[in-house]
Amino acid sequence: MRRFEYLRPLDRARAVDLAANPEVKLLGGGTNLIDLMKIGVETPEILVDTTRLGLDEIESRVDGSLRIGASVRNTDVASDRRVRARFPVLSAAVLAGASGQLRNMATVGGNLLQRTRCAYFQDVTKACNKRKPGSGCPAQTGANRELAILGGSEHCIATHPSDMAVALRALDASVLVETEKGAQTIPLADFYRLPGDRPDIETNLPYGALIVAIDVPAPVDGARSSYMKVRDRASFGFALASVAGVLRVADGRVAHVALALGGVAPLPWRARIAEAHLMGAPADPDHFHAAIDAELQAAQPRPENAFKVTLARRMVVRVLTELVGRGEVGVAPS
Amino acid sequence: MTRTTTTTRTTPAIGAAMTRIEGPDKVRGSATYAYEYPLDAVAYCCAVGSTIAHGRVRSTSADAIRQIPGVLEVLSHANAPRLAISDGSELAVLQSDRVAYRRQIVAAVVAESFEIATEAAGALEIEYDVEPFAVELKSDDPDLYRPDKVNPGFPTDTEAGDVDGALRSAAHVVDHTYRTPAYHNNPMEPHASIAVWEGDDLTVFDSNQGASPVRARLAELFGLPTGSVRVVSEHVGGGFGAKGLPRPVVVLAAMAARVVDRPVKIAVTREQMFAFVGYRTPTIQRVQLGADAGGRITAIAHDVIEQTSTIEEFAEQTAVATRMMYAGASRRTTHRLRRLDVPTPGWMRAPGECPGMFALESAVDELAIATRLDPIELRLRNDPPTDPETGAPFTSRNLEACLREGARLFGWSQRHAEPRARRDGRWLVGTGVAASTYPARARASKATAWARPDGSFDVELCAADIGTGARTALTQIAADALGAEPRRVRLGLGDTNFSEAPLAGGSMGTSSWGWAVTRACEGLRARLAAANGSVPVAGLAVEVDTKDEIERRAQRPAHAFGAQFAEVRVDEDTGEIRVARLLGVFAAGRIVNPMTARSQLIGGMTMGISMALLEASLLDREYGDYLNHDLAQYEIATCADVPMVEAHWIDERDDFVNPMGAKGVGEIGIVGTAAAIANATYNATGVRVRDLPIRLEKLIG
Ligand SMILES: Cc1cc2nc3c(=O)[nH]c(=O)nc-3n(C[C@H](O)[C@H](O)[C@H](O)COP(=O)(O)OP(=O)(O)OC[C@H]3O[C@@H](n4cnc5c(N)ncnc54)[C@H](O)[C@@H]3O)c2cc1C
Ligand code: SF4
Repeated sequence: MRRFEYLRPLDRARAVDLAANPEVKLLGGGTNLIDLMKIGVETPEILVDTTRLGLDEIESRVDGSLRIGASVRNTDVASDRRVRARFPVLSAAVLAGASGQLRNMATVGGNLLQRTRCAYFQDVTKACNKRKPGSGCPAQTGANRELAILGGSEHCIATHPSDMAVALRALDASVLVETEKGAQTIPLADFYRLPGDRPDIETNLPYGALIVAIDVPAPVDGARSSYMKVRDRASFGFALASVAGVLRVADGRVAHVALALGGVAPLPWRARIAEAHLMGAPADPDHFHAAIDAELQAAQPRPENAFKVTLARRMVVRVLTELVGRGEVGVAPS
Repeated sequence: MTRTTTTTRTTPAIGAAMTRIEGPDKVRGSATYAYEYPLDAVAYCCAVGSTIAHGRVRSTSADAIRQIPGVLEVLSHANAPRLAISDGSELAVLQSDRVAYRRQIVAAVVAESFEIATEAAGALEIEYDVEPFAVELKSDDPDLYRPDKVNPGFPTDTEAGDVDGALRSAAHVVDHTYRTPAYHNNPMEPHASIAVWEGDDLTVFDSNQGASPVRARLAELFGLPTGSVRVVSEHVGGGFGAKGLPRPVVVLAAMAARVVDRPVKIAVTREQMFAFVGYRTPTIQRVQLGADAGGRITAIAHDVIEQTSTIEEFAEQTAVATRMMYAGASRRTTHRLRRLDVPTPGWMRAPGECPGMFALESAVDELAIATRLDPIELRLRNDPPTDPETGAPFTSRNLEACLREGARLFGWSQRHAEPRARRDGRWLVGTGVAASTYPARARASKATAWARPDGSFDVELCAADIGTGARTALTQIAADALGAEPRRVRLGLGDTNFSEAPLAGGSMGTSSWGWAVTRACEGLRARLAAANGSVPVAGLAVEVDTKDEIERRAQRPAHAFGAQFAEVRVDEDTGEIRVARLLGVFAAGRIVNPMTARSQLIGGMTMGISMALLEASLLDREYGDYLNHDLAQYEIATCADVPMVEAHWIDERDDFVNPMGAKGVGEIGIVGTAAAIANATYNATGVRVRDLPIRLEKLIG
């Protein structure tokens, strides 16, 4: 039997100490890590539970930002009054993910670090550069319908599966981490890495880092935000594509915009090119189209996922149009 | 001596919405499923699947694995006990070094605990001689062949008239190819067995759809008299066909228990459910329909391509429903198979009718468009008065009533025939219809009815209740035949110690078992009457066998029918598709229990929604197995995908099919659903999807 140790430290210093051991995996709600252990993808010797470290508060700060503790459950983020009032895009994104039961277990820290759902990654009898560097990437010519059209490489085209992270990316959130060497803040913009030739290294987290919290800066005055997700079934499915949009329009022109795409790239994809096109431009569908077309110029669709280019384009235009016009946009329709 | 009366009742039990007898036990968790029987000194077995798709096992690291503490034995072809068959078929488990498909069982570890067995199985190294493989079904494959018959014994091909000539001279022709992917049955309870040997007597607690056939097969494989094998299957958590016949795991359990001389448990993991317990073959189906100017069909051709394995032949009867569904003088059906390096396909809810009617009922919708007829009107014009192949009269055929009643309940008259005519904001809304059908058959069965001195009855036969409510329905049937209150009847099933009975399959359970139960109870009632109601202490029993009665009766085409109506909504930008409403009306004979019948019908229809929009086993062309082998990756409908499903039935009683007048309801619910949804999708969007599932990329292309 494959044995592992389970430790549940009650203070952060101890957890950080333990995390310096290469045999350790930190455990949040376990909804991804335990599954991966069952199928042999993850094989830690020691699990260190991070849910009793007092990291389960959402704190409102004087500058208008929110600090969300790493072990706050996904459900509690989505239902928090302040989150719903100030960051509807975040609440909607979390609610669009997984199922009620899973969201009750899943933590914010674990959600950021959940692994790709690429079918080959989840089957240890097959090659996968992310799981076993150098073994190959059967997804390039195989099952790639769900995989990336942006940011992939010949070594890996996995997508990052999180919905929450897409909203956080549009909100310019940053991640607070602690290691033996001290505390550090990493903007989400620098948190994830593109696969390049090392798809096994997914983040820029320092070695042995404990995620402590996520900071979400104060909302932009007058901006509206929304999240749209498209999946095969009405609920309980990963995004084929998703869009988190934040928009402020003044005098018919875009005064602030943040756009992040999910389900299309190895990381929550901030559409910087589209944003640059949009800033100061008239807030109308023609300009929205032109902007997202510019962003998707770089798309490299694979045989099974070319539809994602069309889908992402239409979703972005709809999210922006609805933000201009009728305020709220629903999550996935049902 | 006690007196037992059997005439105190006036309201029949048949037709009452009686709740499941074992429901409270299941809710309380006290109903015992195969894997749960408490036994001392039980050992655990974990099967090891091949990681190559074709070749031979050269060697294994079994010696090293045997050294792991807690490991009792490692089985492979090198040391497994010899069975009575060595033909390389699915049940010839570990009888040769040949690997016929990826994930086929090539070894097994038996250990003190489930965890040790699983871990050791993962650590077992196997060397193979690898051979090239073919796993992809292609319509132009030169190795397609014609099987001798199709499941379970239908002619492979049929032909009447001059199909090609009739097509050439038809006023309207549709000619299209439809495709369905492979599907894996995934009952809630995966296959599980516990095998216990006492000398040369074998007892197996097993999850199956028929304990009698499992017993017969085990006896044959292990060279035992049937009487030496007992199979107990009291509660079963679903099967959908996958448990219709014994699977390799039950053989493995018995084999392992023999070798370690202890009871051995085995449970198939969800991942293994996608490997060696059967699945529905993918199909490629060409349908050609020709009609005259008035929409009367003059030619029907349905040519099917599907797969089987290299080790066994399973030929799904995909075009068989086309033989009896619509009128038309010139008709042809064919089935061609390709032997691939894949697991042997098998039964899955409505084998044949389910994929076949997707193609036929889609094509009929296309013909309605070509002829500018309402699809209901087109079907009515071609509803044959007698079996179009043989001219024999149907025992009952109420397709028309189902179409008309369904149209009324659904509000079909509101429909726009033109596609893209209805909108609700960004949603395109469309409606579609398709017909359903399923044969009404019965197999011979035995049953025993006991009168007890306390005035109660035991009715016993080796039927299977796989969650359908069979136990409850048979209790109702017995109660009426005995003239007793249902609460005075105890129904025993799922044990080969009871009278031998056929499996739950082909929607024949209630028919076959109910027939035998009726006759046994009638016999008992007569004996009680003769004995003036007196019952000896040991009880009074009558056992019957319906074999002669069933063989003697005249053969006539007997089928249940139905009509399904779907309303779908498609987001014009994203192609997201949701089924807003699904309504079915069925003509399935007398409904024995409206509560359990309704759950069978809406269950089938819900499975049909999954088939239409979501389900597909993804072939890994590089490795040769199915990729999406868990329920996070193999998507089926969630509650949110099924906002409204209604099942109704018309008043029908068909006394030809069996003494209860009831046809089966287990499978017809999934027949036609996918076509109704595809037809509604066309009506909403103007896009015809001929390859399932209907995914959004096919609509935004
Ligand atoms: C069937 C299914 C469907 C799903 N659908 C969706 C979906 O639609 N959208 C979506 O976004 N998600 C979905 N999920 C994923 C779900 O959101 C994640 O599993 C969950 O968010 C992970 O959180 P967790 O706390 O359980 O993480 P865990 O499983 O405990 O951990 C995940 C990773 O995070 C690391 N980790 C955890 N906490 C910390 C910490 N404090 N510091 C450093 N590292 C840490 C762990 O070491 C591990 O590597 C789905 C999951 C399942 C099983
Ligand atoms: S896409 Fe990435 S995760 Fe998937 S097989 Fe290739 S390397 Fe592995």
